[in-house]
Amino acid sequence: MADTGTNAETVTLTIDGQDVTVEKGTTILQAAEAMGNRVPHYCYHPGLTAPAQCRLCLVEVEGAPKLQASCVTQASDGQVVHTQSEKALTQRKGVLEFYLANHPLDCPICDQSGECKLQDYVHAEGRKRGRSREPKRVFGRDDFGGDVLFYGDRCVMCTRCVRFMNEIEQNPLLTVVERGNRSVIDTFFDEGLETADFAGNVVDICPVGALVSKDFLHKARAWDLDHTPSICPNCSQGCNIDLHTRDNRVQRLKPRTNLDVNQHWMCDYGRHRYDWMNRGDRVEAPLTRAADESMTRASGWNEALEPLAGRLDELKGAEVRAVASPFASNEEMASLKALVDALGGGQIRYRSPRTDEEIPLPGFPTLVRRRDLAPNVKGAEILGLTRVGDDAAEGGLEDLDDFEGILLVVGDELADQPDDFGSSAGLFIYLGQYPSPATRTAHGILPISTHAEQEGTFTNHGGRVQRFWPGTHPPGAARPGWLVMAALRAHLTGSAVPAGAAEMFEEAARSVPEFQGLGYPHLGTRGAVINEPVKLPGT
Amino acid sequence: MAYPYRHEKETPMLSRGFGDPRTRTLEGWKELGGYTALEKALKSSREEVIEEVKASGLRGRGGAGFPTGVKWSFMPKEKKGPHYLCCNADESEPGTFKDRELLRWTPHQVIEGCLIAAYAIQAEHVYIYCRGEFFEATQVLARAVEEAYEAGLIGKNILGTGADIELTVVAGAGAYICGEETALMNSLEGRRGLPRVKPPFPAAVGAFGRPTTINNVETLAAVPHIINRGGAWYRGFGTEKSPGTKLFCVSGHVRRPGNYELPLGFPMMELINDVCGGLRPGRTLKAVIPGGSSVPIMSAEDCETCTLDYEGVVECGSMLGCASVIVMDDTTNIVKQVRRMVDFYAHESCGQCTPCREGTQWLSRILVRIENGKGTEEDLDTLLELGDQMTGTTICVLSDSAAAPVASSIEKFRDDYLALIRRGERVGAA
Repeated sequence: MADTGTNAETVTLTIDGQDVTVEKGTTILQAAEAMGNRVPHYCYHPGLTAPAQCRLCLVEVEGAPKLQASCVTQASDGQVVHTQSEKALTQRKGVLEFYLANHPLDCPICDQSGECKLQDYVHAEGRKRGRSREPKRVFGRDDFGGDVLFYGDRCVMCTRCVRFMNEIEQNPLLTVVERGNRSVIDTFFDEGLETADFAGNVVDICPVGALVSKDFLHKARAWDLDHTPSICPNCSQGCNIDLHTRDNRVQRLKPRTNLDVNQHWMCDYGRHRYDWMNRGDRVEAPLTRAADESMTRASGWNEALEPLAGRLDELKGAEVRAVASPFASNEEMASLKALVDALGGGQIRYRSPRTDEEIPLPGFPTLVRRRDLAPNVKGAEILGLTRVGDDAAEGGLEDLDDFEGILLVVGDELADQPDDFGSSAGLFIYLGQYPSPATRTAHGILPISTHAEQEGTFTNHGGRVQRFWPGTHPPGAARPGWLVMAALRAHLTGSAVPAGAAEMFEEAARSVPEFQGLGYPHLGTRGAVINEPVKLPGT
Repeated sequence: MAYPYRHEKETPMLSRGFGDPRTRTLEGWKELGGYTALEKALKSSREEVIEEVKASGLRGRGGAGFPTGVKWSFMPKEKKGPHYLCCNADESEPGTFKDRELLRWTPHQVIEGCLIAAYAIQAEHVYIYCRGEFFEATQVLARAVEEAYEAGLIGKNILGTGADIELTVVAGAGAYICGEETALMNSLEGRRGLPRVKPPFPAAVGAFGRPTTINNVETLAAVPHIINRGGAWYRGFGTEKSPGTKLFCVSGHVRRPGNYELPLGFPMMELINDVCGGLRPGRTLKAVIPGGSSVPIMSAEDCETCTLDYEGVVECGSMLGCASVIVMDDTTNIVKQVRRMVDFYAHESCGQCTPCREGTQWLSRILVRIENGKGTEEDLDTLLELGDQMTGTTICVLSDSAAAPVASSIEKFRDDYLALIRRGERVGAA
């Protein structure tokens, strides 16, 4: 925050004895965060307005008679702030005690346990023992509709959910009813969140276990989950997400902050479409067609690739047609392109599902559930792939019925294709995740990993190239598609197989003008936009 | 003598029309000299009006006692859009009933004060926010507003001076917290009545996001008198730092409870023993709450030398607030009274800030337990500590108000608590 490159006015203040310079208009809480000092807070959220009502971010500002709510007090020149003074700690301890006065302390059965701000703050700054001996207020549970379940007793009344629905989704379906100790978050009778498109975010921003996801309910403990940075594959917006995995299964998707793409949010459509990442019906070993026409399991990758590469070599010069998937990474598409080029070139097509309506997020219109329901349509366009088929991602392959050349299918499940698909092809190689009836006549079926299982990049609708990381292990012998195709190419041309996705991308960046200048180190976790000068850290 | 009771020591200025049905009509009010101050004000400059009010030393009658003229001068001099005046008639403090009488009997006095204030701060619209339960008062006021509109005293080109001021009467829906100035503005705008974070202060961002001044009914009712007769004359009443007269709402164990208009600085014991006719026979004074339920409770000894002005009451360990004197004699069960007050705050807390939302309820539950003879001495320490945790940590001062009577009653009437805790004796419970 210190240097933004603009000529904005700055102020310098002292927080806990350390000088910090921030842009004018920054709050004390943000200034403290900029220097790595996190002041406890509930109602403040960087994406929402701050009502200063949780009273937990109170800090001592020299010269002020009372403690100040740091989330709304602006930093000013010469201000001396103590976030850890005895007065501030005592008051915050007191406020935390109030939070527990009516809290059910049902952590053992609460989904939020382990990632709960009430737990964190009370352990960090709260009293060792509560003094309340009075009976607790009971609200019970309420179904808010959609995927959201409300446990009223756990609520800390930060009203983040209400403000999210008002300010960001701009569909005020949640409100506070009653007042005082009886106040509780509620919907208008039975009009719940099922009509909302971004309601899942209220579960994310709830600092405690008051709003929980029905889908995730009692599925896993927070501390058992591994978080892997990834990109939502369910539309071409490319929301930054985290895959939360346990036991090699994706348990849920959570948005990851990227102010240029999705801020702190993601849509419910994307959030709830992760089941396919856990599909069990996978191709696990390379299969090749034996001399007696039966499919046999190859004993290893080399045993599978060698005969196929040999056939490819024999057929060199024959026409090549390839079908890719918009769910494939840039690396996979680039590797396919390189392979096709090595075979003398040919058309690469892809089919992508598309819907009629876009779903924008009114409070952050940059975030839109896009029409293209696949993550890498833009990448396919950049790499020169041709779009075919209809909006259901069907059709467009009719010319392949009597095609006699080399047919490569990568990632497309061919769900709409008949059993004898590709039967007339001279060589039909299928690289896919799932077995499909339409691959019966394939000469080789090679298992590849999904986006959740490999490293790679997607190019979103706006040309932002963003990295994702492997969250789960691929089943059996499945390998990233780019690696398999690069190995095939190596058999044909003797070229080196890239050592990793990063090298594969670099190779692609050399030949694709849009990607020039980009590389994994520059992309980082936030991505970079094509055709824009890359901003390296420190420049 | 028609109004319930008048005492010779009273100095009726605002309460002059109490009990006189003529003052409810425009005609009657004009006979008594009404709306001359408005005319005078509209013919002088805004600065002159503000200077006159500053000179009078008039202080806000809603409880805080902030100088009214100074408050008006906070409004932007350069007008860049609408300004508003809010008249706070959401009188809900337990023990207070002065604004209700002002509205019931002298609605034109309030309207006139509002119009003068609106002129002074360049407001084109006045909102009188009436407490929802003030059914009769709101009706009387609404009728008076209608009359004034018809007579050209409100609206366009008032009295031919070119001043345009609209006035709207708004009824609240029954929430104590809407008497807090920013909560009132939220309620006025149709939102939940939640106090706003300050800064920004209303003079910069108030009702509908515009510069707004908000004054109490009694404050505004005093304005016409100041304009008519001058700030210096007004200073002739009261003390140096607390000039003027004040309506004292006396309730509780006195023979003649009611509204009494007296100069500020009036001795408390004289108010109780003389003006209000003293306690009932054979009873002794136990405690007084001098300014409505939000201020610390005073013991009988504290009251001995206490004079009823803003500084005098502070010296004796409490606050004048809105001068609602609640008198309690020796038959009073202090623990029960405090519990009832805390219950009130627990019920009326808006629920925004955690210390208030949880704290008021917690205090109430502990007090109920003590009242039922199941308390411990540790509970008193807990009450005091919770009170500390609730003081100065919230957006508005409702939380502080709930903690004040608890802390002061434990300090001054600890024996009452201990009698209950140790022996189960309800002191004063007749």
